Amino acid sequence: MSDVSVPAEVPAEVPAAATPLLEVRDIGKYFGSVIALQGVSMTVAPGQVCCVLGDNGAGKSTLIKILAGVHQQDTGEYLIDGEPVRLANPRAALDRGIATVYQDLAMVPLMPIWRNFFLGSEPTKGRGPLRRLDVARAKDITRRELADMGIDIRDPNQPVGTLSGGERQSVAIARAVHFGARLLILDEPTSALGVKQAGVVLRYIVQARDRGLGVVFITHNPHHAYPVGDRFVLLKRGRSLGDFAKSEVGLAEVTRLMAGGAELEALSHELEQATS
Amino acid sequence: MATATAAPVDERIKNLGITRQLLARPEIGALLGAVVVFAFFAVQSSVFRSGPGVANWLDPASTLGIMAVPVALLMIGGEFDLSAGVMVGTVGLTIGLLTGEYGMNTWGALAIALALALALGFFNGYLVVRTKLPSFIITLGTFLMLQGLNLGVTKAITDTVQADSIDAAPAYHPAFDIFATTISIGGVGFRVTILWWIVLTALATWVLLRTRFGNWIFSVGGNVQAARSVGVPAGRTKVLLFMGTAAGAWLVGTMTALRLTSVQANTGIGEELIYIVAAVIGGCLLTGGFGSAVGASLGALIFGMVQQGIVYLGWDSDWFKFFLGAMLLLAVFTNQFVRRLAEESRR
Repeated sequence: MSDVSVPAEVPAEVPAAATPLLEVRDIGKYFGSVIALQGVSMTVAPGQVCCVLGDNGAGKSTLIKILAGVHQQDTGEYLIDGEPVRLANPRAALDRGIATVYQDLAMVPLMPIWRNFFLGSEPTKGRGPLRRLDVARAKDITRRELADMGIDIRDPNQPVGTLSGGERQSVAIARAVHFGARLLILDEPTSALGVKQAGVVLRYIVQARDRGLGVVFITHNPHHAYPVGDRFVLLKRGRSLGDFAKSEVGLAEVTRLMAGGAELEALSHELEQATS
Repeated sequence: MATATAAPVDERIKNLGITRQLLARPEIGALLGAVVVFAFFAVQSSVFRSGPGVANWLDPASTLGIMAVPVALLMIGGEFDLSAGVMVGTVGLTIGLLTGEYGMNTWGALAIALALALALGFFNGYLVVRTKLPSFIITLGTFLMLQGLNLGVTKAITDTVQADSIDAAPAYHPAFDIFATTISIGGVGFRVTILWWIVLTALATWVLLRTRFGNWIFSVGGNVQAARSVGVPAGRTKVLLFMGTAAGAWLVGTMTALRLTSVQANTGIGEELIYIVAAVIGGCLLTGGFGSAVGASLGALIFGMVQQGIVYLGWDSDWFKFFLGAMLLLAVFTNQFVRRLAEESRR
């Protein structure tokens, strides 16, 4: 998995002076008696990729659902452009330029790419009862936006179901960018993909970052996160292990922290003994 | 992506092939079916291919088609309506009882029946959306309830199982002229329902392919979660689709009542399956998200032709049901195949 190639080199240090696009402070979420998330803080600036890493059950999904407006935080503060917010629903997040691309992709496989691209925000022409889809414009924009992201589609009429997993992720990302996203939340975009396809998606993450977007990249694979990330938030059992800049941690350190450090060492020790 | 030598775009479209692209159109199977069925009967029966013959088989096809089209839209939206057939009876009986028994003005009766039908459609849709239960079960419930109501109310009011004397009501004739008259074209009388059918099919096709609402219909049937997450009002779309089939039932119920001037209490029962079969023959997937209004109309046309063709050939009309089943199976197999082509993943 580590041989994923990412073209652009990550800038050494991102200027920290700008107001962060998004900031959460000590955020927490409870489901009944279950503490799903507690005391997590992170910031994302424009043109920055913030990776949220954690194993299954670490609270990654809960965190992004709060960021995306699906859930509301129970404790802590959520700030967008330095302004405290409490997002009532995903639409409210979208209106503030925060777009989420979910793992199970908001795509309709049987519908053409262009219809998927504009689903829910279709361009129209004409008035009153004659108001109709502007098909030519929709197809044209779809083709152009995808080309801008470096995605070469054969035909915008092609059903999305005929695209590969990586291409579908890329279309979803391009769509979010087109509809004015300033911050992209990507939920495990590479987890279901092969090595090559994952590389394709990582390339689009870098592309989005270079266009000045903030990116929150959720993954459980440090090999995917490390090459593209500027900051790393490590979650474990609903708590944050810290928010590190790339200069502060190495790949090995990230992996060790994520997997649970000492526990993993103990396990490998055990396995060695068992096999010997 | 690697073999980008001359014109990569063209090169990769080509390997789909014209036949495969045609096959991926939902209505192509129904079109082929209609041509074959027409040829089969036209060769054997000269009446079938004569002007009056054509008018004769277009007549049942039209009322069937007026229902099959909204049923197809509903199926594309991922739902079924088993109460669509019996609702035709409910509308007809409502009009019949209001005009024949209570002497109400025809227009008033039509308006009340429309309000009733739309309310029933809303009821179906609202229950399906709110309970998230399969529409099959919800509308089966409505179907049985309406079946009982149709009989019970009719019996209680008229002491018979039919509502009649519809033509005795005020304003019967202007209403008849709009919904049930015949128009003479080249000496052959065509029912005006055929015109309604064609206009409705065109309208539904336009809505489906060229409006935002059409895009939403495909999306709520194809992947309702995805549709919701990008802001499509999925619940409202589905409720409107149920109200659409109810409006279709109102139209057909009105046509039937005005034309026959009396309505039996069991009108429409069993028809709902024929609407669904016509929609499936027209390329609608049972799982939603794919299909066409033109296809459903072609499906209805096939049924119109077979229904009358069998009579012209002097066959026992029992064969019609056999044909219904056979066409359904054939259509489902074809759709399955088409869907695989459309969804084939290159992952």
